[in-house]
Order: sequence, then C-alpha cells, then structure tokens
Amino acid sequence: MQLAGNRFADTSAAFGNDLFTLPSFPAEIRAPAGTLPGVSSFQIQIADWDISTSGDRPDCLVAMNPAALKTDLADLRQGGTLIVNSEAFDERGLAKAGYEDSPLMDGSLNQYDLIEIPMNTITKEAVADKVSGRSVLRSRNFVALGFLAWLFQRPLEPIITWTENKFAKLPMVVAANLAALRAGYNFGITTETSRSIFQVKPASLPAGVYTSITGNTALAWGLIAASYCAKLPLYYGSYPITPASDILHELARHKRLGVRTFQAEDEIAAIGAVIGASFGGSLAVTGSSGPGVSLKSEAISLALTAELPLVVVNVQRAGPSTGMPTKPEQTDLLFSLFGRHGESPLPVLACATPSDVVETTIEAARIALKYMTPVILLSDNHIANGSEPWRIPAAADLPDISVPFASSPNGAGGRFLPYLRDFNTFSRPWAIPGTKGLEHRIGGLEKENISGDISYNPDNHQLMTDSRAWKVANIANDIPPVEVHGELDANLLVLGWGSSKGTMGAACRNLNREGYKVAYAHLRYLNPLPANLGDVLHSYEKVLIPELNTGQLRYVIRANFLKDAYGLNKVTGTPFYIGEIRDRILEVLES
Amino acid sequence: MSNLTYTRSDFQSDQEVRWCPGCGDYTVLASVQSFMTQMGIPRENIVVVSGIGCAARFPYYMNTYGFHTIHGRAPTIATGLATSRPDLSVWVVTGDGDALSIGGNHLIHALRRNVNIKVLLFNNQIYGLTKGQYSPTSEVGKRTKSTPFGSIDFPFNPVSLAIGSEASFVARTLDMDRNHTQYVLGEAVNHTGSAFIEIYQNCNVFNDKAFIALTGRSERTVNRINLQEGKPIIFGGSGESCVVMEDGEARIKPTASVNPDQILVHDPSRENPSVAFTISRLSHTPHGPTPLGVFRNISRPTYGSEMQQQIVDAQSRGPGDLDELFSSAGTWEVT
Repeated sequence: MQLAGNRFADTSAAFGNDLFTLPSFPAEIRAPAGTLPGVSSFQIQIADWDISTSGDRPDCLVAMNPAALKTDLADLRQGGTLIVNSEAFDERGLAKAGYEDSPLMDGSLNQYDLIEIPMNTITKEAVADKVSGRSVLRSRNFVALGFLAWLFQRPLEPIITWTENKFAKLPMVVAANLAALRAGYNFGITTETSRSIFQVKPASLPAGVYTSITGNTALAWGLIAASYCAKLPLYYGSYPITPASDILHELARHKRLGVRTFQAEDEIAAIGAVIGASFGGSLAVTGSSGPGVSLKSEAISLALTAELPLVVVNVQRAGPSTGMPTKPEQTDLLFSLFGRHGESPLPVLACATPSDVVETTIEAARIALKYMTPVILLSDNHIANGSEPWRIPAAADLPDISVPFASSPNGAGGRFLPYLRDFNTFSRPWAIPGTKGLEHRIGGLEKENISGDISYNPDNHQLMTDSRAWKVANIANDIPPVEVHGELDANLLVLGWGSSKGTMGAACRNLNREGYKVAYAHLRYLNPLPANLGDVLHSYEKVLIPELNTGQLRYVIRANFLKDAYGLNKVTGTPFYIGEIRDRILEVLES
Repeated sequence: MSNLTYTRSDFQSDQEVRWCPGCGDYTVLASVQSFMTQMGIPRENIVVVSGIGCAARFPYYMNTYGFHTIHGRAPTIATGLATSRPDLSVWVVTGDGDALSIGGNHLIHALRRNVNIKVLLFNNQIYGLTKGQYSPTSEVGKRTKSTPFGSIDFPFNPVSLAIGSEASFVARTLDMDRNHTQYVLGEAVNHTGSAFIEIYQNCNVFNDKAFIALTGRSERTVNRINLQEGKPIIFGGSGESCVVMEDGEARIKPTASVNPDQILVHDPSRENPSVAFTISRLSHTPHGPTPLGVFRNISRPTYGSEMQQQIVDAQSRGPGDLDELFSSAGTWEVT
C-alpha cells in the first residue's frame, strides 16, 4: 500500500496539487497479511491551496481487506467514499480481522458511499498472460491505484514512467503492473460512469521548481547541502535504527558528492567516529532515534567540552525503550535539552515539516561550525516518512556557512592556544591535524582557559563552565526572533514546535477565518530560545502548547519565563488532528 | 627516509608527566618518542588518540596532535579520523580495561575492518587509575579490592583476541625492552592497516612484578620466546627449548628431543591465522614461556583506502552536483 500511496502522491504533485502524506506501517517487516497488526496504511491530503497537514478525517478510504477496514474505518468522515476489495471479504479474511458477519452485508456501512470492486478478478484477468502463480495478485494495489487515478482525475503518465524505471530489469512485472493500473482506471470509466468524480485543481503555490520530498530524504539532502555551504566534506556515522536508517541509505548513495558514510558497530562507535572526523576537519554528523541517542549521551558531552562541531540527528519515535518504533512522538525534547551528565548545554533545533527540513539542517550545521559545538537536530517519524512538495533552491543561493581553520599560532612565542576564544562568538579555533606548528592536545578533562592544558583549578572550572554556557546562550542573538501569526491582538497564543506546526497553524487559521482571536507561533530553535520569546509570551493572557508528549515544552516555558501555559498533550502514536487542536483552543478561550 | 631531523625532545610536550614514579609507562613513552624521531612522518601528521586509564594520559605528553577521549571509545574516534583523513598517522593508546572491557566491541571491529591505526595496548593486568581492581587480563584467583576472595573471571589473551578479530598485524612486546619495543613499532608502521601491539607494562603500585617471568634477570632467558620471521622458534639461554606443531597445536619441546626439521619456522605472513593463533596459546598469562614479537602480518586493503576508492570511482564519472541532486527525484514547475 505504501507503493500505491507514494505513486498517488507523486502523480498528484505532478498535477500541481499541494499535498501532505502520512504513511503508517507496522514495525514488523512482513507482518502476517490480513491481520490487524499487519495493516499498513498511507494517508494523503491533496488540495488546490497551500496545506500543512495530512488531514484529519479522510474523504475517501481504500480498504484492501477486512483488517484494513476494521483498523481505519473510524477515521473516515461520515458519508465518505469507501472503496473495498470485495473479494477479500471472504470467510478467511473476515475471520483474520475478527468479523463474525461481513460488514459489506450487514448494513453497518450504510452511512458511507460504498464502492465494491472485485480486485482479485480484475487483477487476474489483466495480468493473465504476463505473470503466473502467486505473483498474479501482487498487482492488486495497481488496480486500486488505477481506480483512484480515475476517481480523482490524476494523470497516469508519472505512474507509468516510475513503474518502468523501478522495475526496468523485470519487464514482466512492469507489464503486469501497468495492465492492472489500466484495468483499475477502466473499471472506473466503464462501471461507475454515473458517479461523481473528485475534482481537485492545481494549487496556487509560490512560483518555482518543486519536487516531492520526505523528511528523511530532505535531511540527507540538507546535510549534503550543508557540506556544500560549509565547503567541508560530509562524514555521516550511524547505526541502523528505525526511523533514521533512511538517512544513512540516502547518503550512502551520494559518493559522487564526496559523502563518506560509516555504518558503525554500535551507536557509540557511530558518534565516536564522527567526533574523530570532526577533529580532522569534516562536517561530522551522526543520526539515530531516541534509544540510540541515549547511548551517544556520554560522547556528546565529550564533543561539547572538547568544543568540536557536530550535528546529532534524532528522528524521534514513540518511547520509552523500543516503544512503538514506527510511530511519531515529540518526547525527546527534555532529553535533548538535559540528557547529559555535567553542566552541558547545547543548541537544539527542530524540523517542522518535510519541506522545512533542508533549511533547518543547514542552520543546525551553521551553528555547529560557527560556535564549535554539538547541535541536536530533532525530526520525528511523522516528518521523516511524510512527504510534501518542496520548492527547490538553487545551490548558488544557499548561504555560505564556512568557517576558516586555524592556520597559524595565536599565542606569544609561536604557541598555539586551542581555548583562546573569539571575542564575539566565544568560539575556539578549529586547528586540524596536519597543520604544522599547531600541534595540540584536547580531551575530556577540564581544560585551562586559553591554553587548553589540563586544569583542576576551581576558579578555572567555574569559568570554563560559564564560558560554555554563555557561548550557547549567546546564539540567541544570532537567530531570528520568533514570529507571531494570526490575530496579533488576541488573548491566546498557541505555541508549538516540531511536526505539530502544520496542524496547529491550520487550526488557528480556520478559527481566525471564523472570527476567533487566536495568535500562533512556532519554534525552530528550542535552545537557545529566541531572544524575544519571553516578551511575546507575556504579552498574551493565555498560552496553549500542543505537543505529542506530556508537556515538555510547557515545562521549559514555565521554567524559563515563569509564564503558565495550557497544554494539549497526547501520546497515541498519531499526529494531532486539526479538530483536536481546534477543540482545545475553544476550550481554553472559554476558560 | 626523509629530510626530517627530529630529536626526542621534539616529541615531548611541555606537560609534566604524572605517572607514578617507576611506572612502566615512562619507558614506553620514551620508546615511542625515540621511535618517532626516526619514523619519517612529519610531527603535525601524527595524532595520538586515547580512552581512559593511566595509559590514556599518553597524548598529553606527546608534542603531536592528541585527543584524550572517553572510556573504551578511542578506536571509534581513531576510526573516524583515520577514514576521513587517510593522510594522517593515527595511533591509539589504550589499556587492558579500556580496550578489552568497556571498549572490547570497538577494538574487535576496528581490527576486522583494518582501519589504518596503530593500537598500543598497555597491558598491566590491573585497573590502575581506579586504584586496583582486577581487569579482563588479570589471572583467575587474583585478589584485589573488588575480588577479596580471588577473581573468578577467566582472562582474555589479548593476542589471541586480536588474531580472532581478523587483525592483519598482531605483535607483543615488553615495556622494559626498549630495543624490542622499537623493533615492533617499526614493523607496525611499515604495515599498512590496523596494527595491534600488546605491551606488557608493569604497574609497580597495584600489580608489581606481574611480568617478572619475562623481565627478571634469571627468568627471562628461559621464558622469552622471541618470534623472528623465517627462523625456527627456539628459545632458552642455550636454545634448549623449541616449538613444534603436534596434534594440530603448537607445543614446547626440548630441542634435543626433536628432529630439527620438525621445529616450527615462524611465518607471520600466513594468510590463515591458525598457526599464529596456536602460537599465541603457548602462554595464556605471562608466567612461563611466552612468545614476544610479531605473530601475524598480512596484507589486506584498509578500510579508509576502500572508502576513499569508492568516492574516487564515483567521481571518475564526473563530480556530483547539488542542483542535480535536488532535481533527481522528478520536478514540476509552478509559474
């Protein structure tokens, strides 16, 4: 179903719609087909306007079997279009899903516009002369895709081109899938001519060249772009973990762009290697998800005190421990801010949507390099696997984030002083091995200010701790102020971070249109927070913070600004619905 | 070798060396510094990476680039450095606790990958910095602060472990024998790829005389089995003992009792590690006859050069282009 969903997304993008996708699949690789835990789904919202979410309640649901129907029917809006593969509703299929009677027969689906399609038969007839045996029914999803292409009036060409490329080495598979695709499309034309089709016109997006991008691909491309902007080779060390592995896969393909990828023996080795690469002068990045980042904690503190640039990507998933690896959560905010030993503040940034990831990633790298510090870059499962149109920037228009390496001694008598800080940034010089005359030693032991020699001096430790903290806090002067949208004279400010941006913004815009006075703001920078945030918060009577956790940003806001805030919190493994945020806003407005 | 003229002081940093007086680490430091004057590699291209432990202070005393990192992880940091910067000479200084206990996983993986790093494992069979607990190389029955009734841990034989980890170069030497140390270092530097060197190192505070069987004036002549490439393995003051292969394993025999043709001729370049391994089993702890020298030295592509080659190969079809990447998944234009 993921394949069919992605093809539908691509052809919709090519058609010119704005779109947002939400794939959802089990952690098991081949979960038993037809069972409830085995259901894999793909939600997409398409629109002729600029949208920011994958939608609350679909208007149309395709259920390939009874288990899928049972799992996802509750999401379908009343009166929505329900398409089922009627032949999957046999005794065996119904039993696997736990239905005693067929929902197709018992009237329970009367409130929906039900379209029954005998997909098995259509598929068999379409591919009969092309493939045989068990391969036949594999093309069923193309029948469904073809029917949807008719129902939503999508062009088939992008799907055909993709299929021909994807299965280029398997011409019979191409033939079977395309025959099934056309059969599904023709089924729409020939049997449902009286049915009204959905007309979703192209969206009026800002002019430019677009591509459809997932958050994980965007993160990989963002890192490559950052390496280009920094004029440094990219070194990415990682250990396979859901949902971050696709970043490693994508980067491993791009050796022509000079990318070095290292699949380490474990999470600790992955960050160790990139700390070594950073010491050697690479743009060094490690990526993982919550449980893996936990293992990196000690090493992050080393990079922090050694003051080496590093980007640590955390594609958050539902925790704790193994939790629900394929489901999104925003539960690692406090862990990112505080999950280290000692006094160890570091910058934390969060991506908001797939189309925001490239820019946020470049920004994380910029801060890491300019301030010689590890930076935590948060994404989550929703962003990582969701896709969205992204307006492609020209490489030449990207910012220059390069920093010079130290090339000559900075101390008296030709001595190199690795902890002599820059007056403005408090950053230390980056002197890489191979530079004659700058031989020096760094490490995890406390360093004497300026010289970098080992020091147990009490005042020095205080000074170095303060210096490291001040260096990070000062970044607040080098990031944009938080922007407030919506009704600026509202009583209520809705504040969010990460992947709830789209839902939160949509809920607020809808309420604004209805005349409600609501303002909203979204944070890309979680540490340091934008310099104007305190003033902004205190200028509103009420603040509401929706997040997919039990109140982590709310805790930070209260602690930093003594500003109370309302929360909207859930950890169900699903993103917010616009309706949930809307309801909570109305509740808070009335309270 | 080159026109570099260094003296030992060029490799001494301005930091006061703070190991305990009489520690074997001083001797190893002096051996390494002296060796590097002759190594033919510019000082600025040398990086010493360490983990945690007494030996891990080593980089601070070397006037090269250095990085004192975290417990057990030095091989990982060295791996990232050596693979991103193949032009550097990267050294790891570690101890028996650092490399074999907390960092065991990293050591074996760095060795199997054949990352171009030189690993000096200072084995004193004790935890020194934490003041005297048993280590993964301490002998069974050892009484320490954490094993008042004697250790029940069966120890690692570091050379056996390295050979089992697919290391391409494995050697053992002794802190007190500076000539032998420098000979082994020379072989390691001439080897391209991972080189693993176990250095028996005396901790005179917590585990004094652990290697007396190999350093004591009377004991050492009978117990040191000096491995020399291409030579029959004969040892003892007058060559009275030798090593033969029997029933699939290396065994020590009186030289007089065997036909000279039966004596095992040492060949560290054997592809198959079996013979090197069985030689490493002649002693499990250094309390009797113990082999010293180069056990294994084979040629295999290094991880860093293979990583570099994949990039060179990919770029031979033209360098990558960011604009091209951004457009690679299909585009559409909105006007």
